[in-house]
Amino acid sequence: MKLHIHTTINGEPAEFLCDGHETLLSALRNTLGLTGTKEGCSTGDCGACSILLDGRLVPACLVLAPEAQGRTITTIEGIAQHDVLHPLQKTFLENAALQCGICTPGFIIAAKALLDKKPKPTEDETRFWLAGNLCRCTGYDKIIRAVMEASV
Amino acid sequence: MSERTFAVVGTRPVRHDGVDKVTGRAAYGADANWPGMLHGVVVRSPHAHARIVSIDTSAAEAMPGVKAVLVGSELPDINATIPLGEAALDLRDMSYSMMARDKALYHGQAVAAVAATTLDIAREAAATIVVSYEKLTPVMNVDEATAPDAPILHPTMRTKGAPPDAPPSNLASRLEMKRGDVDAGFADADLVIEREFRTPTVHQGYIEPHACIARCGEDGRAVIWCATQGPFFVRDASAAIAGLDPAHVKVIPSEIGGGFGGKIVVYLEPVALLLAKKAQRPVKMVMNRDEVFRATGPTSGTKIRVKIGAKRDGTFVAAKVSFWYEAGAFKGSPVGAGAMCSIAPYKFPNFFLEAHDVVVNKPKVAAYRAPGSPMASFAVESVVDEIARELKMDAIDLRLKNANQEGDQAPYGPKFGPIGLKSVLEAAKNHPHWKAPLGPNQGRGFAIGFWFNGGMNSSATVTLGGDGSAAVQTGNPDIGGTRAAQAMMVAEELGIPVERVRPSVGDTDSAGYTDLTGGSRVCFATGMAVIRAAEDVREQLKARAAKIWNVEPSAVGWDSGNLIPPAGAKETKSGHDAKPLTVAEVAAKMAHTGGPVVGRASLYAPMAGPGFGAHICDLEVDQETGRSRVVRYTAIQDVGKAVHPSYVEGQIQGGAVQGIGWALNEEYVYNRDGAMENAGFLDYRMPVASDLPMIDTVIVEVANPLHPYGVRGVGEVPICPPLAACANAMRSATGIRFTQLPLSPPRVLEKIMAAAPVAVGA
Amino acid sequence: MVSIRYEAPQSVADAVRLLSAEQGAKVFAGGTDLLVQFKMGARQPTAFVDIKRIPELVGITITDRALRLGAATSAAVIGEHDELTRLWPGLAEAVHLIGSTQIQGRGTVGGNLCNASPAADTTCALIVNRAECVIAGPKGERTVPVETFCTAPGRTVLERGELLVAITIPRPAPRTADAYLRLIPRSEMDIAVAGAGVSVTLDANGVCTAARVAIGAVAPTALLVPDAAKALIGSKLDERALNAAAAAASAAASPIDDKRGTVAYRRTVAGVLTKRAAKIAAGRIR
Repeated sequence: MKLHIHTTINGEPAEFLCDGHETLLSALRNTLGLTGTKEGCSTGDCGACSILLDGRLVPACLVLAPEAQGRTITTIEGIAQHDVLHPLQKTFLENAALQCGICTPGFIIAAKALLDKKPKPTEDETRFWLAGNLCRCTGYDKIIRAVMEASV
Repeated sequence: MSERTFAVVGTRPVRHDGVDKVTGRAAYGADANWPGMLHGVVVRSPHAHARIVSIDTSAAEAMPGVKAVLVGSELPDINATIPLGEAALDLRDMSYSMMARDKALYHGQAVAAVAATTLDIAREAAATIVVSYEKLTPVMNVDEATAPDAPILHPTMRTKGAPPDAPPSNLASRLEMKRGDVDAGFADADLVIEREFRTPTVHQGYIEPHACIARCGEDGRAVIWCATQGPFFVRDASAAIAGLDPAHVKVIPSEIGGGFGGKIVVYLEPVALLLAKKAQRPVKMVMNRDEVFRATGPTSGTKIRVKIGAKRDGTFVAAKVSFWYEAGAFKGSPVGAGAMCSIAPYKFPNFFLEAHDVVVNKPKVAAYRAPGSPMASFAVESVVDEIARELKMDAIDLRLKNANQEGDQAPYGPKFGPIGLKSVLEAAKNHPHWKAPLGPNQGRGFAIGFWFNGGMNSSATVTLGGDGSAAVQTGNPDIGGTRAAQAMMVAEELGIPVERVRPSVGDTDSAGYTDLTGGSRVCFATGMAVIRAAEDVREQLKARAAKIWNVEPSAVGWDSGNLIPPAGAKETKSGHDAKPLTVAEVAAKMAHTGGPVVGRASLYAPMAGPGFGAHICDLEVDQETGRSRVVRYTAIQDVGKAVHPSYVEGQIQGGAVQGIGWALNEEYVYNRDGAMENAGFLDYRMPVASDLPMIDTVIVEVANPLHPYGVRGVGEVPICPPLAACANAMRSATGIRFTQLPLSPPRVLEKIMAAAPVAVGA
Repeated sequence: MVSIRYEAPQSVADAVRLLSAEQGAKVFAGGTDLLVQFKMGARQPTAFVDIKRIPELVGITITDRALRLGAATSAAVIGEHDELTRLWPGLAEAVHLIGSTQIQGRGTVGGNLCNASPAADTTCALIVNRAECVIAGPKGERTVPVETFCTAPGRTVLERGELLVAITIPRPAPRTADAYLRLIPRSEMDIAVAGAGVSVTLDANGVCTAARVAIGAVAPTALLVPDAAKALIGSKLDERALNAAAAAASAAASPIDDKRGTVAYRRTVAGVLTKRAAKIAAGRIR
């Protein structure tokens, strides 16, 4: 018997059916068609599935879909405001902080959570905050620069 | 080649696919869903080496929701190869590796597959498939595999070149390369250093797991959507393995979430095709991370013995290098390439290289960024470091003394054209990092690396819009920023703004044939095709302008996006003096001057632009725990011409960090039964952001005369130096030469304690 | 067919009822261990009992006597609590070391403890701070010292129907501070190869009057090492005393060889970390 979940995603009310054991990542990608959040490992080790749950940075692969009931969720699809990119999205583009781009949604969500909490992080603080986001293409250099530039 | 000034090349526009990627809109392999889609799941061998006695799929077939089941014996038997650059991939091996027939040859090898209406049902059904195995003893490294009574993986495989009555062997082939007389060379040397090195199995580590959807219609026509580096390769290989006519197969490449060579060989696509054909519904298959580690193509674990002889003044006189590379369960490691790269930077009057390709009970290795070269470079550059120390010579000076340059003969045959090795070495020597003081417990390592860089087949089309904008399409998936570079080339050649060029990657029906994205060849070879296609457009525009002015096309001039009339020409329609016309103005008149303007080019680029890199690595080592971290890193590389410098830097930084991970922490850990124990990102330890400093890059440009802009391949060279750069830094910090990777804390501490007279804490 | 119910009780009593009634009902807090194990096929619950909506299980209270930490409080929330971080810096740093920022957003101290991994980062810090585990069950409430809570890898003293509700820690005596260190190959993300927690109390002359030392990831459970504490007590934490404590820690360890480390390595590093943690803890005493 599927559960009927009512939640808020990127500021809009949303509802979906899910099994008790289904992850929020699966509900987002497969039921709600929000494929911007990526699946890299399903064990919480790569950060590609990062979302904000009630403003808190979490890995969607380790959240159960029913937990979304009554909560607010922010995904990469909700970062730009209408047709205006978020400063992080802009600095990522300008700093060439993405190559294949598969890790980019996770990084932007994670970096947004950092800047929301600490507007001007140091390089060390940025690196340690983002340690849970794996990137294999960039070596992180340009990503860190992009995040720090967005904070200025 | 004259020094050309560029208007667009060398600038840093925002990449055209960027906004889709930062907003989550870009569609990767697993992001598509087709109506009526089923989900496919693979059943995998729990044994590293076993005879498959029987497979019972009856329970799965009877389960509600299951629409198709597939076992290896249903796959057609094929005997063919498919060209891949200088090599050819054995399709029979690829098919057998993709799904086992009578033997399971590595832990995790596919033995069956199921397609069902939901993923849960497919998994449940897969769990009901009963496979009975007769376990055999696995061989997990080159020593075990080549031991006298080693269990044999392939009873019909003999060492290549051996007589037909020779016994079966796990040594697939042995090749030699030589020059001069090494024995005489060593006798003449003042110093001879010999060391044996070992590197582990490592994975490319792309963040996106393999994913595809395949459908096969009632008319036998098939479509595959997948994340791949080579859609044409997927088409040909999948069709062959599935027993379909490639003429009826179309492959649509999705956006790809990293490849590094690991998304060339097909693992899922033929399985999805066959399941889709059976079920007459599309089948989606996505690997999980565990499967990616166990059942795709990591690169070879290796054993390399290096012996180098030098004179007291540092001149190299002889090199003998023996390589043993693990091919995985089927023949074909990159040992030949590794051998060729190992001493490529150096002038050796005498050398002897022997390269052994050995099968072991691990997944068949696939290409990983400069396949074969990083390990070879680790071994040779470590010994060169020792020689420098023994001779009390600066590490860079020793290399400068022996560096190959234009006109020297590469160890693999041809003479080098203009190459940037010496420029790179000089740049390293003059870099502030080389002279910077080191802190306590810190060491500095230096190493160089080389990759040939490929050419091969490429096509491109450039279509002009009536508004003077352009679209450029190739069949090469973009793994490094090549769409941006292609748009820049078109903008450069047509004098139109780069934002008004739309680059795209086409499917196998709409794009002209192109070899895969790899070999650092796309910016070079496909780029050449793009430039020629744009030139084709330019020539057509000249012909149109010629019509407008009633002159010969050869009389029409070109200047930065403007068609220039010859003196005295008149505008045909109005009779007024002809004025220069922009591309947009001519484009607006396409319909009246002959019709649409489409430029195209296709070529085979046989020659490559060899690349050299030099890296400086500072490591800080905790002598009480063996833990180390990179505190400063500089990567210098000759790229010929940086079309988009940011993405060139990005390639260098990314490759360097993969090499750092390979040196410090990455390895496949196997248990006694040949199963990988760390098949996840938690214990397969790739570098994270907090492990690293900024990676400083220096772009050196020694133009490659074979390319209109001087472009050389960039992407693969940067992974070649870091293994030795880190090991040499470790030597500098601890006084200990590490000949085995990774330099993980337990290994490092063990050696530190063995070297220390008094144990810590006593 | 995989079919796992999701339950979200809003009271301890309801949770206990669910857990008692069903053998396969598993407590679900952050899910960072449970879901990973579930995906690996290890544990197949019949129901996930999400305890995060039970008020008593989420939250931090500090009185003049003790800290009460709701078992389902996430690591991130703990890390943001200034007073907790000030009074128990070692505990805070241990909690902060669990996984990544994303994992911190979900992982709980209670879950870390109940998962009973020998390498759990919080266990050593809890042990040296004399933490106690408040357990609710069908027979009522009971309290056990944290060092007895885990009995073997993956095993705790919890019986059927029981639920860890809170962890209490007495307020530290004056001039007492703690520290926790672990050894991982990278700088983040890894499971501890070895860990050590130390709490020391120094008198006005810098002499150690009380100490507790615990080591982790080097035995089936985290271990309280009384001999290491004895080596520190009465000393001024000089080199000789620190080395003796390190040696005691190494001797108490009974590690294994696995994909993360060897016996010899773990044993050596347990000693090195004990020494370093003791120095850091001492340095924190004002």
